[in-house]
Amino acid sequence: MTRVHDNLEPAEAKMAANHVSVFYGDKAAIDDVSIEIPNEYVTAFIGPSGCGKSTFLRSLNRMNDTIPSARVEGEITLDGEDIYKSGMDVVQLRARVGMVFQKPNPFPKSIYENIAYGPKIHGLASGKAELDEIVEQSLRRAGLWEEVKDRLEDSGTALSGGQQQRLCIARAIAVDPEVILMDEPCSALDPIATAKIEELIDEISGRYAIVIVTHSMQQAARVSQRTAFFHLGKIVEYGRTSDIFTTPLEQRTQDYITGRYG
Amino acid sequence: MSEHTVKAFDEDITRLRGLIAEMGGLAELSIQEALDAMIRGDDELAEGVILRDKKIDAIEAEVDKLAVRIIALRAPMADDLREVIAALKIAGVVERIGDYSKNIAKRVGKIEGRGTFEPLTLLPAMGEIAAEMVHDVLTAYAARDPVLAREVIATDEKVDAFYNSIFRNVVSYMVENPKLISSAAQLLFVARNIERIGDHATNVAEMVHFAATGYYPPDEDSA
Repeated sequence: MTRVHDNLEPAEAKMAANHVSVFYGDKAAIDDVSIEIPNEYVTAFIGPSGCGKSTFLRSLNRMNDTIPSARVEGEITLDGEDIYKSGMDVVQLRARVGMVFQKPNPFPKSIYENIAYGPKIHGLASGKAELDEIVEQSLRRAGLWEEVKDRLEDSGTALSGGQQQRLCIARAIAVDPEVILMDEPCSALDPIATAKIEELIDEISGRYAIVIVTHSMQQAARVSQRTAFFHLGKIVEYGRTSDIFTTPLEQRTQDYITGRYG
Repeated sequence: MSEHTVKAFDEDITRLRGLIAEMGGLAELSIQEALDAMIRGDDELAEGVILRDKKIDAIEAEVDKLAVRIIALRAPMADDLREVIAALKIAGVVERIGDYSKNIAKRVGKIEGRGTFEPLTLLPAMGEIAAEMVHDVLTAYAARDPVLAREVIATDEKVDAFYNSIFRNVVSYMVENPKLISSAAQLLFVARNIERIGDHATNVAEMVHFAATGYYPPDEDSA
């Protein structure tokens, strides 16, 4: 059972997981997890390696579909609609629930094309001018515009690691998502690039529901308003980030965040 | 509490707790000796109390440095963070307690006609309670014991009651013995200092409670 803090202010649930289990073959990586992802909040998933936090994150936009042995039980909803129901358009789902990965993975195309690709295939722009505008606005929101505006035709892969990651965030933003999932977005970045990403998360957080998986406790404490602590495939404790990091209720949470775990 | 994966973190915390215990022990001794010196007119003992205050100040500075270093290098969380913050604040308060004892010691030479000066006999009992509060609150700190911390808080009422009683006594004494008003006034300050020591021990008790539980003790006034 998840220990949920009782002082959470009411928030609109953008996504909800009800009794979700995720199996790889016979092994349950996630075991009967229920949680709501509040809209316009940053929710952090923390926990030791192998606790299932990334698996759970990936089940929120059906990234686990690409792993043949993976199987999801229970219900995950987006605005109340079951995302695993038959006939669900997965491409459309992933536009609504975007994702940023651990290692920046820009397309081997120009900076402009990296951003414009999504809006084009989803038909979000009706002409070149509108597409230009989406590209500029997305790069601005990702805090990258000033650095790349004079070289939009350069390859995305020629940027620095931190810039590439912001390019990937801009790419996720460009298709106007409702939820952004981030799987350790800063683990390959230096402290300055990390600070820029965190500042970016802070700036865009009121606009989307953001879920971030991170191994850095400090980062979770800095960027999120809600924190869920995962352990052995379950959410042990869920509450306001400030409470989880100052007065956790569960001993296992306490031991993990204070560095006494195993 | 179980150990941290990083052993040096435990060593830092242990050292921090050791410094607080050392500082508190010195402060407790100073209360007793300052009052002894006051009652017996022992200038040498009083001088020792004044010198000891420098040592207490030096330990406080060491606590500050170590606490800042732990925060910077270890990024403590949850109970560790509360522990470090509490140590930082407790050190400041214990330093103040040391100052009050020093202040009492400085007044030792200003009391005239000690042999016939009755109000002095009122001080030991009050001083004993205040010193005991400091002793108990340090025990509560060492044991991370919120129950004992709350007992210390409750004891402060006794010190306050003593202060009020001494105040009334000394004022009537002043009326009856106008020649000794100056000495009697000194004594009012001494009683006031002991009363403040009780208040500070109460503050420490609240921080001990916070470090141990994550919240401040509930207000007992309503009970």
